[in-house]
Amino acid sequence: MKTAPENARSRDIKNRWLLSLPALLIIFIAAAGPLLVMLLYSFMAKGDYGDVKFGEFSSEGWFSVFFQRDMFDDTFGLATAHLSIIWRSIQLSFFTTLLTVILGFPTAYFIATRPPSSREIWVFLVTIPFWTNLLIRTFAMQQVIRNEGLLNNALIWLGVISSPLQIMYTDTANLLGMTYVYLPLMVLPLYASIEKLDFRLVEAGYDLYANRFQVLRRIVIPLVMPGIIAGSILVFIPSLGAYVIPRVLGGGKNMMLGNLIEMQFGSGRNWPLGAAMSITLMALVMIALIFYVRNASRSGAGHV
Amino acid sequence: MFKPRFDIRAQPGFGFIALFTFFALYLPIGALVAYSFNGAESLSHWDGFSLRWFEAAWQNSAVQDAAIRSLIIAVWAATLATMAATMAALATTRTEPYRGLTFKYALINQPIMVPEIVTAVALLIVFSRIKVWTGYSGLGYLIAAHTAFCIPFAYLPIRARLESMDLTLERAAADLYATPWMAFRHVTFPLLRPALIAGFMLAFVISLDDVVITEFVKSGGQDTLPTYMLGQLRRETTPEINAIATVFLALSTALVIIVFIVNRRKQQ
Repeated sequence: MKTAPENARSRDIKNRWLLSLPALLIIFIAAAGPLLVMLLYSFMAKGDYGDVKFGEFSSEGWFSVFFQRDMFDDTFGLATAHLSIIWRSIQLSFFTTLLTVILGFPTAYFIATRPPSSREIWVFLVTIPFWTNLLIRTFAMQQVIRNEGLLNNALIWLGVISSPLQIMYTDTANLLGMTYVYLPLMVLPLYASIEKLDFRLVEAGYDLYANRFQVLRRIVIPLVMPGIIAGSILVFIPSLGAYVIPRVLGGGKNMMLGNLIEMQFGSGRNWPLGAAMSITLMALVMIALIFYVRNASRSGAGHV
Repeated sequence: MFKPRFDIRAQPGFGFIALFTFFALYLPIGALVAYSFNGAESLSHWDGFSLRWFEAAWQNSAVQDAAIRSLIIAVWAATLATMAATMAALATTRTEPYRGLTFKYALINQPIMVPEIVTAVALLIVFSRIKVWTGYSGLGYLIAAHTAFCIPFAYLPIRARLESMDLTLERAAADLYATPWMAFRHVTFPLLRPALIAGFMLAFVISLDDVVITEFVKSGGQDTLPTYMLGQLRRETTPEINAIATVFLALSTALVIIVFIVNRRKQQ
């Protein structure tokens, strides 16, 4: 026999399940469930015109993420084309993260050291580009770096260069575009952690005859490390899966993993390979997240 | 006592980098807006101030259709997401931990944990098959997909508000013989309203902005404004795209400013 409070509690929990059912159902149907189906697809034989051959299981999709068959002598080699694109995605995401830290840290620090009344306005100025459509921001970047764009015009006018620099459709274009688009994702968490910084510790550092650089390196940066890590993960993950930016700015030769995945579902007509690549991308994201959780707990524990 | 004669918070060069960052954040947007007033046939040169491209975009029926479609999807997705998120937030807050609570958090936040392109191709796989089975190829797929990834964004502010809410008033209502529904209607709901508006607005902007998932889920002839622009960017672009982008930019900025002002008033 259950007691009355126990009954009330189980009734309460039942009601809570009923209440959350619509949200759980929608997400299962239109987000989580399809991921499971995709996992299944990565282990099937590819269909002739896209899709898969149902019931015909095959490891071909997974195999061709990393290896390719030589057309002539039927030997195996590494799938250099795929691997170089995966490697490019990792590199570009890493450098994007680095650039956003280099620009974002001083910016967040600057905002956090303004008088409280004007901080809100500076933060708001960071938020507006953040809420602006990603495609529009990518297109805006194109206006600056294209051959007849603002940057080239300015440099020619200044006499620095005589003919326009080809930035569009290079890795540099991808890097600039991603840095521009994801910068607010670095500034906002960094600001949140710098704002909480106890400047008495900085003062103590100066009292102990530390110079500015030592204070920054030994006191400020370690204390705001959780913010730097949070910002890095927020920038690194979407960079790794970037699709729109490389498509608009990078062109066909400077694809990233996101574009490679799209290609398998479009002109490549190799859905199992595309599915396997998507799961590879998710695995890379997971690795980044695990790295983040480990570092966050370590740097958090170091100061308590 | 030793008093530093300098500002201990100051770091040399940081102010300069910060101002450069703000300049760099707004320069591309400024260029985009400026070129939308370009009278020339293409973006390659400047040919005087003109509103002709705004006029061209306004009269372009493909743009009109895409804009209306974007709005229909965003209104549906934001409304459904806000309703589902509110119910889910009521179910996951103000309670002791119970079995399944962590599972609920994980599932609700799942859409923002996975790269968009991955969700997009997964939806392509499933929805293209459902399209064949049922023969239905309307806006329903897009609305469902948008609702799913808007839910975590609507859930965030609503949950935060519910967690900080004082339960005394609801208990008082119950003491005065209000039914749970009456207590919700007259006490909880009015207190929750600012968060509901914020959640709805967030979901609305997120849905309006989406390119990747829409691009993969849409059936033929179902362009939204962002996918229309993405399609146009493949060819030689005219300032018409700038004009569309400028209007879009103005609208979403206006929405963000409204949310900012509403939040500010709430705090005061």
